[in-house]
Amino acid sequence: MTAGLQRSRDRQPWRSRLHRLDLTVSPYLYISPFFLLFAVFGLFPLAYTAIISTTAWSPRRPGSADVSVGLENYRTLLSDENFHNALINTLGIGLVSTVPQLLLALGIAHLLNYRLRGRLALRMGVLVPYVTSVAAVALIFNQMFARDFGLLNWLLQPFVDSPIDWRADSWSSWLAVSVMVMWHWTGYNALIYLAAMQTIPYDLYESASIDGASRWQQFWHITVPSLRPTIIFTVIVSTIGALQLFAEPFLFDTTRNNNGGSERQFQTIVLYLYQQFWTNGRYGYGAAIAWTLFLITVIIAAVNFVLTRRIRSSE
Amino acid sequence: MHNARRPSMAVVATLAVGALALTACGDSGQTAQSGPVTLTVNVFGDNFSLPNDRSIYDEYERTHPGVKIVENRSDFGTHHKNIQARLTAGSGAADIELIEVGQVAGYIGQPDKFVNFRDEGVDTAQWTDAVVARASTPDGKALIGLPTDIGGLAMCYRTDLFAAAGLPTDRAAVSALWPTWEDYVATGSRFGSKAPQGVKWFDAGGHVFMGVLGNEKETFYDAEGKLIAETNPAVRKAWDLAVKAIQAGQSAALPEFSPEWNTGFQRGQFATITCPAWMMGYIQGNAAETSGKWDIAKIPGGSGNWGGSYVTVPSQGKNTKAAVELARWLTAPEQGVKLFKAIGNFPSQQSTWKDKEVAGFTSPFFNNAPAGTIFPESLAKAPAQVQGPESGVIGNIFAAALNSVEQGTDPNEAWRKTLGDIKAAAG
Repeated sequence: MTAGLQRSRDRQPWRSRLHRLDLTVSPYLYISPFFLLFAVFGLFPLAYTAIISTTAWSPRRPGSADVSVGLENYRTLLSDENFHNALINTLGIGLVSTVPQLLLALGIAHLLNYRLRGRLALRMGVLVPYVTSVAAVALIFNQMFARDFGLLNWLLQPFVDSPIDWRADSWSSWLAVSVMVMWHWTGYNALIYLAAMQTIPYDLYESASIDGASRWQQFWHITVPSLRPTIIFTVIVSTIGALQLFAEPFLFDTTRNNNGGSERQFQTIVLYLYQQFWTNGRYGYGAAIAWTLFLITVIIAAVNFVLTRRIRSSE
Repeated sequence: MHNARRPSMAVVATLAVGALALTACGDSGQTAQSGPVTLTVNVFGDNFSLPNDRSIYDEYERTHPGVKIVENRSDFGTHHKNIQARLTAGSGAADIELIEVGQVAGYIGQPDKFVNFRDEGVDTAQWTDAVVARASTPDGKALIGLPTDIGGLAMCYRTDLFAAAGLPTDRAAVSALWPTWEDYVATGSRFGSKAPQGVKWFDAGGHVFMGVLGNEKETFYDAEGKLIAETNPAVRKAWDLAVKAIQAGQSAALPEFSPEWNTGFQRGQFATITCPAWMMGYIQGNAAETSGKWDIAKIPGGSGNWGGSYVTVPSQGKNTKAAVELARWLTAPEQGVKLFKAIGNFPSQQSTWKDKEVAGFTSPFFNNAPAGTIFPESLAKAPAQVQGPESGVIGNIFAAALNSVEQGTDPNEAWRKTLGDIKAAAG
């Protein structure tokens, strides 16, 4: 007995040390995979891109990787009318796609929140566009928005003189790209709203209807204010997503050099970056665009953050 | 016990991630395979076969036991971008990569990334000097690609649509309609006045532009390698002619290689198309139901070249030896003849041009047009074109700009933007 006690007393400091180590170190170890992956796939590319952006590197010009040009690429970018055009396109498409998308998602979520027959199937159904691949969707939308034998032009036949060439104008191509984006993301946002709606206590609605509030008043005065944090979240996520829009305009494009339309009518920043980097082989310039986009994103996210805090504190 | 386990789990997770990263880096240490070899061939279209026909690969596999060939197709732009990406990354390239002639100059500056065929004892005399020079470094010491086909120019036309508009359909009479490109545009106006509803003279302005330039020695670059796209009068002339034809309403305005363009072939939206030899394959693969409605006439100006490809073997591959053997076989005269008859890609090997099988070949799809004599005739007089590092990029910029003119942009504004884009891309 004494011998046993003795041994356990000896082990005590080792065990407690292990215990203390567990408490202090293991949380870091748990989250470390994320940070390791982030370092490999996030931080390193970011830093490497920054380095490339100060060179005139083009794989087609031997030795150009080592030619340092300082901030010349960024200076060129500031006066590059194609970059300005891409910026305007990105913001325009972002606005045209995000605003109706979130309003629509809110409406759909509200409808799905009713006690409907086959509720689960309907709720899963709105997520179907989200899980289909953008490439497959683009195939169908390219058919719909085709100039010569497109579905939309066929439907519009009685109302327009000649078929609309959707890619020819900025407004029409923005619309086409936005519809693709909306198709993809509306259901996803609707489900986020729906999840938030279900946390709103039902008594609120009950007492409101006793007080004689209509469905619309209930939606406007109970649902929307309760969803405020969720709405802010979706706005931020959608804004960042809109800034990085690529797949839809890329797949809608019929030029061979990723021009985003014959005159860059719907060339977004990332598509322009892709064109400069891959089609034209301007690694240095492409990297500068990437970093500029990163900074723009950070600024917009910061503005969003400040606005959010204002809204919170005014509550 | 529970508490003691937790950190160890986290350690395992961390190690696992580290191990993943390590294995990713250790990939290049693998030794070359002996025994059965799988060779990957990346192409951007009907380079070696029409879709779903792998008879040429089957033949090679039959005569070379232990070799398996896998072909991957992607579209032109993606294909060439991927090559550059994989060369830069140092991994991921196929054993054999096809490179188009307009793009090949961009890779000549990176000869260490490819197997040098000069070291492999390839007999380069089977091709013309100009064809070999395009895939060689300026000093001639490295040859990064073996020529497959060349794009002798002709004009493909729809006999049924010509008849409907009251134009002759016999290929000699049709060739006589357009001794020059100006005559071609004038004939287009004649066609337009009587054409069936919705049928245009040609597919895209960019295509006429490339056709006109196909007969020029210097287009975007001069022989010294200087960029002259902006100042070259031949370029401006080709542009002006294409613009004139577009403004006369002759263009179906279908961007090349787009889904709409493909539909245009199938629905007969245009009556003529500038037709490099390889276009024969494209039409057959894309609009099989139009068989017999096509014929081939001479190109305005009488000669020209557009396109053609090279087989390259990236040196990063693990089976470069086997790949070189396959590359040599694919570019041997016998295969050239076979591919010409099956697809239409005209062989670049000079010895085949007098070959009875080539010279006597007529294509039933094209109303038995004597393709075997039309294309060599066009090539015989065609100048050896100068290609620069960004020739392909510049061609695409012009194609997009002419498409914008088709969509209603002012031609002068389009020209101004084009020059700016060229400067940014290649200046």
